[in-house]
Amino acid sequence: MSNFTRRGLLKSGAVLGAGMAMPTILTAASHAGYTNAPTGSSVTLGFNVPQSGPYAGEGADELRAYQLAVEHLNGGGDGGMMNTFSSKELKGNGILGKKVEFVTGDTQTKSDAARASAKSMIEKDGAVMITGGSSSGVAIAVQGLCQEAGVIFMAGLTHSNDTTGKDKKANGFRHFFNGYMSAAALAPVLEARYGKDRTAYHLTADYTWGWTQQESIQAATEAKGWQTAANVLTPLATQDFSSYVAPVLNSGADVLVLNHYGGNMINSLTSAVQFGLRDKMVNGKQFEIVVPLYSRLMASGAGENVKGIFGSTNWHWSLTDEGSKAFVKSFGEKYGFPPSQAAHTVYCQTMLYADAAERAGTFNPCGIAEALEGFKFSGLGNGDVEYRAEDHQCFKDVLVVKGKENPTSEFDLLEVVEITPRAQVEYAVDHPMFAGGDLGKCNPGA
Amino acid sequence: MDGILLQILNGLDKGSAYALIALGLTLIFGTLGVVNFAHGALFMVGAFCAVTLQKFLNFSKITIDPDKVDFLGNPAKVKTPYVVEWFGEAAGNGIINWSVPLAILFAIPVMLIIGYVMERGLIKHFYKRPHADQILVTFGLAIVIQELVKANFGANPIPTPAPDQFVGSFNVGALIGMDASYPYWRLVYFFFSITVIGAVFAFLRYTTFGMVVRAGMADRETVGLLGINIDRRFTIMFGAAAAVAGLAGVMYGPINSPNYHMGMDFLVLSFVVVVVGGMGSLPGAVLAGFMLGILESFASYSPIKNFFADYLFLPSIDQIIIYLVAIIVLLVRPRGLMGKAGVMEE
Repeated sequence: MSNFTRRGLLKSGAVLGAGMAMPTILTAASHAGYTNAPTGSSVTLGFNVPQSGPYAGEGADELRAYQLAVEHLNGGGDGGMMNTFSSKELKGNGILGKKVEFVTGDTQTKSDAARASAKSMIEKDGAVMITGGSSSGVAIAVQGLCQEAGVIFMAGLTHSNDTTGKDKKANGFRHFFNGYMSAAALAPVLEARYGKDRTAYHLTADYTWGWTQQESIQAATEAKGWQTAANVLTPLATQDFSSYVAPVLNSGADVLVLNHYGGNMINSLTSAVQFGLRDKMVNGKQFEIVVPLYSRLMASGAGENVKGIFGSTNWHWSLTDEGSKAFVKSFGEKYGFPPSQAAHTVYCQTMLYADAAERAGTFNPCGIAEALEGFKFSGLGNGDVEYRAEDHQCFKDVLVVKGKENPTSEFDLLEVVEITPRAQVEYAVDHPMFAGGDLGKCNPGA
Repeated sequence: MDGILLQILNGLDKGSAYALIALGLTLIFGTLGVVNFAHGALFMVGAFCAVTLQKFLNFSKITIDPDKVDFLGNPAKVKTPYVVEWFGEAAGNGIINWSVPLAILFAIPVMLIIGYVMERGLIKHFYKRPHADQILVTFGLAIVIQELVKANFGANPIPTPAPDQFVGSFNVGALIGMDASYPYWRLVYFFFSITVIGAVFAFLRYTTFGMVVRAGMADRETVGLLGINIDRRFTIMFGAAAAVAGLAGVMYGPINSPNYHMGMDFLVLSFVVVVVGGMGSLPGAVLAGFMLGILESFASYSPIKNFFADYLFLPSIDQIIIYLVAIIVLLVRPRGLMGKAGVMEE
């Protein structure tokens, strides 16, 4: 007699069916249709910042701000800008009830190293979001990787037009301003201070950020009547800018525009001042130097040389709105000095990601992208801000600053000359300086 | 013509730094046969000797000023450097103002000791190992030194200004009927380098110690057989080479704010200088340093840069000129400009 009975067959079939279904159920639950869906009681974020190389100073400050943001998200500290943020979804219990943990990577300010560390954080550490960077070349490279991997990229300090222009991606979002916005804010101030009849000589860092910054500031100043004598591209690795600065003296230009950032800016400005450019009279006018993108960390590296020099910045610790005050207090009490603009933008990006996840009710990148697109908020230190849906660029007020003549402390290096309203720095999605890219579709990965 | 004069001066200035670093590298290679990839780090440590002295001189007594507030709104701390307290405002601020030149006195013993410890503690164990091993260990050492400096001083460049008397520029071209302003401190750096290079050559040429070292460089074994402790002298020369690199770094601070990775930026260029000059040749290192400095300077000069970009399709001649010249020199003179037969040829 056979051992097979109808009841036995049904039982065996049910067990087998359940067994076969089990891996599918677990698999589905493990990534729920997207890369690195958190399964336990925590969620991992990947902070990819330069911990070595020329932007390591900015990277260190970014990391401090990330750690502060994680502390606030998990309910520690005084809550910082969570208390002033217009959205009230964040409760200090992590994100979607999961404790926030993080891993860090070193971009070395090199695209290949940055991609490798981001890849490792996604594949080995299970990071559900990557954020950071202090260079546009790096940001664009990592943004592309995150698009392919199906995770959200919340860009850190990246100012090239291309990040949300021709290289924009559906999984990438930028809170920081860009070269066009700097130029649009700065040009009217330069016109008011230095007049219409000026001739500019540009020294430009030879990579994506430098090119777009130079293009933007040249267009904006020429629209005000300025002329452009020359644009000289300088290698990113340049240490001594004397050979590039010396020809400015006999070029007929009466303004030097330094499209440099970080160590490049510190060294080129130091060279320009050493060569006595600021003491010269050219074309019957006082020679001037302009630095379109400023940061306090750079200003401290350049020392006395920044005094009286105009530029723009995304944010400054001396702002007196409630969000800025709360952030400066949290950061200052924890670390003993005020935060930089790099620290501010990455803190905001972390909060914005967490808030979007709460509003979307998921860590699915497509849900988060949808929550961020067109999101309007305030209370994070830049007035009323909007994440434009079409290119994932934040639109907000821009600060025009000047190196302070009489600093009252070692941190008091820049003074805010003007808060340029958002409307003045806005542009159309199909503006020629941002054309050529395609946002594409959100990729959830998995 | 004014532009050409300025580029010659810039070239001499860049060449000064290259020559000083390359001189130390060649001294070490010529005496100990070691390829020292930590030499750039020694240049950086020299620059940070100036930073350290500046910080030391600015070590301050802190008082609370209830009428002022800090960035957090707390009563502000007012710092008064102790040297100002002790010596009065004029003398105290004068000492702080001259911190970079004063750092020379600080850097010489510090660098000699660092060089001595490096040689005795690590590098002597690699004398008989292949050059590849020496390169790896010294490169690793450079990274360790870099990270130590970063951990202590941070990653951001730290300004170390020249004394007020040397800030700004003057019309050096007026001496020959031209109009060409050049920074005071860069001229100081050039003459300082010439002095140091001259002192090294004079030391080797006119002292008994130097004579023994030169003899040892030529034939170490025979000098040893004469009962002379040549190893001890070579160790001292390692310290001296470290001091030369350190002095180059100290005085470079006002030109570019010191940062922890500045040594790496100079290291590769300095090795090219050594190879072009001829391995083991001290005059070759100096000659190549100044030559490549001037060539690099002219390659960055916009009319020449534009010419290469427009007519020779080389838009980045400023980035490759040194390597291009190195290839040509090594093709024409495989031992470098002043290299001798038998060095690194076994």
